[in-house]
Amino acid sequence: MARNGRVLHSEWTKIRSVRSTVWTLAAALVVTVGLGVLICLLVRNTYDDLSPTDRATFDATMTSFAGMTLGQLAMIAFGILVISNEYSTGMIRASLAAVPQRGTLMAAKVAVATLLALVVGMITAFAAYFPGQAVLGSGLASGIGDPGVLRAVVGAGLYMTLIAVFAMGVTWVLRSPMLAFGILIPFFFMISGILSAVSATRKLSYWLPDQAGSMIMSVVAPSQERPYGPWGGMAVMAAWVVAALLAGYLTLRRRDA
Amino acid sequence: MIELDGLTKRYGSKTAVAELTFTVRPGIVTGFLGPNGAGKSTTMRMMLGLDRPTAGRVRIDGRRYDQLQEPLHEVGALLEAKAVHPGRTARNHLRCLAYSNGIPERRVGEVLELVGLGGVADKRPKGFSLGMGQRLGIASALLGDPRILMFDEPVNGLDPEGIHWVRTMMRHLAAEGRTVFVSSHLMSEMALTADHLIVIGQGRLLADTSMNAFIRENSRSYVLLRSPEPERLRDALAAAGHRTAPGEDGGLEVDGAEAAVLGEIAAAAGVTLHELSPRQASLEEAFMQLTHESVEYHGRSQPPDGAPPGGQGPGWGRGGDGDGAGARGGEG
Repeated sequence: MARNGRVLHSEWTKIRSVRSTVWTLAAALVVTVGLGVLICLLVRNTYDDLSPTDRATFDATMTSFAGMTLGQLAMIAFGILVISNEYSTGMIRASLAAVPQRGTLMAAKVAVATLLALVVGMITAFAAYFPGQAVLGSGLASGIGDPGVLRAVVGAGLYMTLIAVFAMGVTWVLRSPMLAFGILIPFFFMISGILSAVSATRKLSYWLPDQAGSMIMSVVAPSQERPYGPWGGMAVMAAWVVAALLAGYLTLRRRDA
Repeated sequence: MIELDGLTKRYGSKTAVAELTFTVRPGIVTGFLGPNGAGKSTTMRMMLGLDRPTAGRVRIDGRRYDQLQEPLHEVGALLEAKAVHPGRTARNHLRCLAYSNGIPERRVGEVLELVGLGGVADKRPKGFSLGMGQRLGIASALLGDPRILMFDEPVNGLDPEGIHWVRTMMRHLAAEGRTVFVSSHLMSEMALTADHLIVIGQGRLLADTSMNAFIRENSRSYVLLRSPEPERLRDALAAAGHRTAPGEDGGLEVDGAEAAVLGEIAAAAGVTLHELSPRQASLEEAFMQLTHESVEYHGRSQPPDGAPPGGQGPGWGRGGDGDGAGARGGEG
């Protein structure tokens, strides 16, 4: 037990002693909040032009999280870099020579990075929600006490955390930062969006981690036929995360460092 | 003490390390010598549990590396100098390693001073020279004050002063009773630091012998003479019973004789000498010869699986001109 504490201490020292940690997490917060406020402003100014159906399904809470489409990329970058730094620098060899119990090393590193992502994710979620609602104004805005709103805000923080952990798991498998960025960024930025936009593949896209996980942020039930609720969607995303971590662990166990 | 038993690493059909069996003993510096690509680094990575052997095993004081709870107290290793995040300061780099093994903060400052990096402790290694990177790697090896030290090409990139410092340090660590295992592709470097020598080529053990025995078996001492009248000199030496061989730049070489005796013979015959110098064939040459043979041997035919390490099989030593005696020291 003392051993695990020491490895956690070591990993905490690693994560806070490199600059990439600060700039990726700061970017996640600034981009999500800034873009969210901007989009809320835009929506308020054009709300009167919306069709009646769009007005009926308008989700004020989810609108404040619109910046997350871009902000999540910084979270993914955080998840990638925290793992790939070890491999791209060769530090992994020194790390494993110090902690040859590979499962312990991986668990400590993922735990520390996850906790940090959770803290930043939660701050980001609340920091995006309140200014967004303020900009939308009393006519459109939701209140934190309204049904499902607190769940959506906390869920947004969880979503940002899980997306980072998913990137960590995938990077344990891929190791190279170029490879991880090259696969994860297009996956979340384009492929997921394209699949959900094309009607033939829309149902398939419901099962993607970001599509499923982002359900937690919607308060007004979407008209579409999603086979799960907000927490069900979160569970689907969590399953992806567990699978990615498991693949990462198996890779770390088996492959030469 | 480090024990290797039949250690083998294959990548697909390519064998990087083939059935290495040897023991690295405490109290001496053991040199691990081989040309680039001989499998030295792969072997060292397997010793640290970083790479998984295809067959065979490594024991560190009787245990597998991953059975060591806090290994930095027992084994310190310098792998490649670049096992460092360029954006993390030297002090923080060492802290990360130290904390994981319960090594106190104070020790981080100590090893930084010890390797001469005290002044740049809070600088990012991004701007470090190759030599400074090497010193940081050595600092991390010394962190846990371990009984076993492994250095992979430690003098790479160091200036002459740094090289001298590393040599002295390794000798000092061995004198304290520690196990010191150091790899190099330079025989000349090993000759100055190692007490014991393990030579590999193409992943196979070529020699496991004491440094003295290796020098004895592989170095030829001779006297080089130069004279404006080489024919008269040769005749005078022949008359005294010394056989000469043509040497570099028209000089004459005489094996197994004292320089003083040869000088007296020349003086008695009234032959002018321009040079009279005792020489030793370089160990570098002996080493090249040794490893070159292994390359040739494996180039001709692949030995059957299970051939004994050290290349006792047919064809071994072929082409050796009698100076390859060290090759036959590979039974250990």
